Amino acid sequence: MNLLIEAVQWLFSPERLGGNNPIPVRVEEHLFYTFLSVVIAALIAVPLGFYIGHTGKGREFAVGLSGAARALPSFGLILLLVLLFGVAQTQLQIAAVTAFVLLAIPSILAGAYAGIEAVDRRVIDSARAIGMTEWQILWKVEVPLGLPLLIGGLRAATLQVVATATLAAYVGLGGLGIYIFRGLPLQRYDEMLGSALLIAALALALDGIFALLQQFAVPRGVSAGRAKDVRTSSPRRRPVAAKVAQERRG
Amino acid sequence: MIEFRAVTKRFPDGTVAVEDFNLVIPSRKITVFVGSSGSGKTTLLRMINRMVDPTDGDIEIDGVSIMSKEPVALRRSIGYVMQNSGLLPHFKVIDNVTTVPMLNGVPKKKAREQALELLDTVGLSRSLADRYPSQLSGGQQQRVGVARGLAANPNILLMDEPFGAVDPIVRAELQQETIRLQHELDKTIVFVTHDIDEAFLLGDQVVILEKGAKIAQVGSPTEIMAAPASDFVANFIGTDRGKRALTLKKTANGTILVDSEGRGAGVLVGGSELA
Repeated sequence: MNLLIEAVQWLFSPERLGGNNPIPVRVEEHLFYTFLSVVIAALIAVPLGFYIGHTGKGREFAVGLSGAARALPSFGLILLLVLLFGVAQTQLQIAAVTAFVLLAIPSILAGAYAGIEAVDRRVIDSARAIGMTEWQILWKVEVPLGLPLLIGGLRAATLQVVATATLAAYVGLGGLGIYIFRGLPLQRYDEMLGSALLIAALALALDGIFALLQQFAVPRGVSAGRAKDVRTSSPRRRPVAAKVAQERRG
Repeated sequence: MIEFRAVTKRFPDGTVAVEDFNLVIPSRKITVFVGSSGSGKTTLLRMINRMVDPTDGDIEIDGVSIMSKEPVALRRSIGYVMQNSGLLPHFKVIDNVTTVPMLNGVPKKKAREQALELLDTVGLSRSLADRYPSQLSGGQQQRVGVARGLAANPNILLMDEPFGAVDPIVRAELQQETIRLQHELDKTIVFVTHDIDEAFLLGDQVVILEKGAKIAQVGSPTEIMAAPASDFVANFIGTDRGKRALTLKKTANGTILVDSEGRGAGVLVGGSELA
């Protein structure tokens, strides 16, 4: 209990705002790595996920890739990439961001293709039958209806990266991990716990924002009829959504 | 006029859904494909707007092969109504109805005006325009589906078991509406159902299909009932049993019609000299 109090004292000490390692600067770095990695991962995984979801091609590939990527040890991955890329400042940054991107891709990919797969096939069939082009089906039907699951994927990816970005400090890139890696040899447990609490709070805040976004992303017509949906929706929708949730947890 | 010429459809897995199918579907009439599941009736319907392309043979609309037309443009020129309405759940009623005209480049304002008129035509209150499909009853959704099918003012309307998922009372209502709309708008309607009563009620021309879209009989309901072409047809339409196998029964108070179970099915009006 004492340790917890000391950790909180450390966290809220006025010294944290100045010195070599002011917390605001480290939070900024931490968020910078997180967002940069998630954005790059999304630029790769969202179009790919849409393609897989719309055409149904490459689904096995995506499932396999997601599973395999989840098993990658992030710490080892960063060290490996540093060894491959080199130890200059930019090379270190590229190595770290690459590792975070690889970590974020599976969740986003799964969210993107599962969101589209979960759309009732009859709705897509009727959109095609009334004369929408494949492109219009994707943008007017599949993407809006699959958006909540896509945002769910982004949410999972962001959480993973914001936690893992702690490792950036190990290769000298700053972020909130710096306090942990500095405190470890000095046995400064208040500092380590205090920064860990901060990282957890950051993760919870981001998760909360995404939870809200996910709510807003449910198209109005879908949320309006939700109570009825239990009875009338396609039996496919729920199992797929449940499966994604399960994959994300696993 | 829609003409099927030696149309065959073989699916990649080897099943032959349609084999050497020939038929002329007259303009401005209701033609009903009726058959049990696996008879290929939906496949036939979906070939008309190229949702399914035939493996062999050709389909012509007013003498022009549909294979020469671009599928998207063809589909926009043909109305399509499906089971469970197939409405876009995230579009309001009005936006569902204006979808096709807007894709065809009709200005939004004009498309909305026409859509509101169409809601009148299909018997829906204009106050439903801003609702979402999930806020409507099954019957209302189906009416919106019909309004959407009519929105681009197509000559041809394809209806794929449109009333299969609504309850019998609403279904009867929608069937009457379909007949009324056909009289008012004079469209060529191709209708698919597995319900022979629905087929006889709606069809000017009824096409009874066996497995593999083999035509068991084509004709008006009267022609088919008067002279079923085979045991299959007789059995399918039920003239050998049940409520369509009627006999006259003289009772103390007059002559009535009874079904094969001996239950009263109706009275004979006119033509009583037969009795």
